[in-house]
Amino acid sequence: MSKGILYDATLCIGCKMCEQACAEKHGLPYDENIAKEQKQSEHKYTVVLNRDDKFMRRLCMNCQDPTCASVCPVGAFRKTTLGPVVYESSRCIGCRYCMMACPFSVPKYEWDKTWPLVRKCDMCTERLQSGLPTACAEICPTGATKFGERDDLIAEAKDRLAKGQGQYVNHIYGLEEVGGTSVLLLSSVPFENFGYKCDLSTEALPFLTYRVLSHIPDLVAIGAVGLGGIWWLCNRKEEVAAAEGRPAPSKA
Amino acid sequence: MLKGKVTFWRVVFAILVVLGAYATVLRFVRGLGASTHLTDAFPWGLWIGFDVLCGVMLAAGGFTLTAAVYLFNLKKFKPIVRPTVLTAFLGYLLVCVALLFDLGRGYRIWHPLVMWNPRSVMFEVAWCVMLYTSVLSLEFGGVLFERFHLFKLLRLQRMMLIPLVIAGVMLSTLHQSSLGSLYLIVPNKLHPFWYTPLLPVLFFLSAVCVGLAMTIFESSLSAKHFGKQLELPLIKSLGRTLLVMLCVYSVVRFEDLLHRKALGLLRNGGWETGLFLLEISLACVLPILLLLVPKVRENPKGLYLASVLSLLGFVTNRLNVGITGMEAAAGQQYFPKWTEIVVTLAIIGFGFFVFAMAVKYLPIFSHEAVPEPIVVPEVLPREVPELSNVES
Repeated sequence: MSKGILYDATLCIGCKMCEQACAEKHGLPYDENIAKEQKQSEHKYTVVLNRDDKFMRRLCMNCQDPTCASVCPVGAFRKTTLGPVVYESSRCIGCRYCMMACPFSVPKYEWDKTWPLVRKCDMCTERLQSGLPTACAEICPTGATKFGERDDLIAEAKDRLAKGQGQYVNHIYGLEEVGGTSVLLLSSVPFENFGYKCDLSTEALPFLTYRVLSHIPDLVAIGAVGLGGIWWLCNRKEEVAAAEGRPAPSKA
Repeated sequence: MLKGKVTFWRVVFAILVVLGAYATVLRFVRGLGASTHLTDAFPWGLWIGFDVLCGVMLAAGGFTLTAAVYLFNLKKFKPIVRPTVLTAFLGYLLVCVALLFDLGRGYRIWHPLVMWNPRSVMFEVAWCVMLYTSVLSLEFGGVLFERFHLFKLLRLQRMMLIPLVIAGVMLSTLHQSSLGSLYLIVPNKLHPFWYTPLLPVLFFLSAVCVGLAMTIFESSLSAKHFGKQLELPLIKSLGRTLLVMLCVYSVVRFEDLLHRKALGLLRNGGWETGLFLLEISLACVLPILLLLVPKVRENPKGLYLASVLSLLGFVTNRLNVGITGMEAAAGQQYFPKWTEIVVTLAIIGFGFFVFAMAVKYLPIFSHEAVPEPIVVPEVLPREVPELSNVES
């Protein structure tokens, strides 16, 4: 049901056709200079990094339990059943908490615009709805970027790790990171080399805030009753004094 | 003091107005990129770290003092309730102004009202701040009703006062702590000196400390600039409470660092260590040592010094959480652009200006006309002279 992308860096030749296809799909400019840019930005939702002729793509991981969707105060981000994490720009107030919170630092901002929006890969959600693969997977000439059912891709990745003895770092990045992501990565060199954090929890991050937030209704009820009680106790002695016609007790 | 004389602070204020106007134009015409040093790697800067985190914290006097006076019935603090509530009210309004600068699309600031995401800490903070600003406007409304002789409204406001105060304390507890919870989601980005599951607890405790310190600070300043008698017994009493709260905060902070084994990081050095030590010295060590000396805590200057030090310390703490602690993970240093600094200073300057105006035209320091919340007199006095000094 849930779709995914498997990117196998050992098959990648760094042709950057995925970058170009992504730009075309999203109506973004793309030329030689942009092709040379080695980072994701508001006009480059995916980038093929080159470190010593080893390649690695960066794109939105489209988490299973996305941090951006949990932190957004107006619910602009949503995990769809098909897999993509989509952004409803008409809701966005521009607080940039998603950018702060994203464990992969994916959301980018239109800093140069007067009324900016957040920009990120949406896993070609419209194409997926019409049964098409993502633009990057469709164009990839070597099959390094492969589109399919996430479960199938996991099985395939495990298979490749088992068969490609020693060729890979023994890790499927995205299988368990922050509760799993729709994008899965295989590489022959450590993922840290490309800025991927390898100290991420296997538990989805939203629980970190939700376990605190979920106590708020209880706290409000207990607190309001407690404070009301304090008020009653602390003021009662004066009422009693007044009723008995004595002067008020000395002030605290 | 408000005659048309050219004073140092007026010149500063005038310069800030001019620069602030230019910075504002830059911000709203050319956008955040041109007016800040924020980047994709460092999306929150001075306007969040200082204007919002510190602004809300520095306005914490409102809920601490109203709780003390109206709930705990510590009536002796009544003379300073109004200036404190005014400070809090202004503080929250200015936080909202700063947010309009910082939000990419400030004109959508109302969206959380209708577009809900109860899983988001930011959503909760937005609601609490909005509701608490409304509560403060009603708490402060009494002053306006009194000034303009709207006695029916005044009576209504007094009937609602206790529920309002309780709501205010609850809302403050929630969002003061939640500003800390905002950072619970970045365990891999915030430096271990500051990332702890106890962030909400520490933010709340420090807000209480700051509420007390701010009240001392502000009473001292008011005494100096508005020719008002300093309520020394009150300030002393606040100083003792501040000492206790600082000790509680420090113990929680230290135990947390100890249990997380974060103290070992002190050996690593770096600017984080320096700023961490600065924060701990200013917020905890120095004010506690000062206030432990009876001579200091009985003396207006000593109390002023201790409160200013702890205020600076907690401001450093918020800036460390919001800025310093996030730099290493971002892989870049952040220093605010001049426009960010000017807007921040202009907002502060504007706050001082409005406070001075309010003191001039409203009965801020003539608190005497506020009767007991439970006793509503038949006829409210139109003008009551300096009764309080007799009363207290």
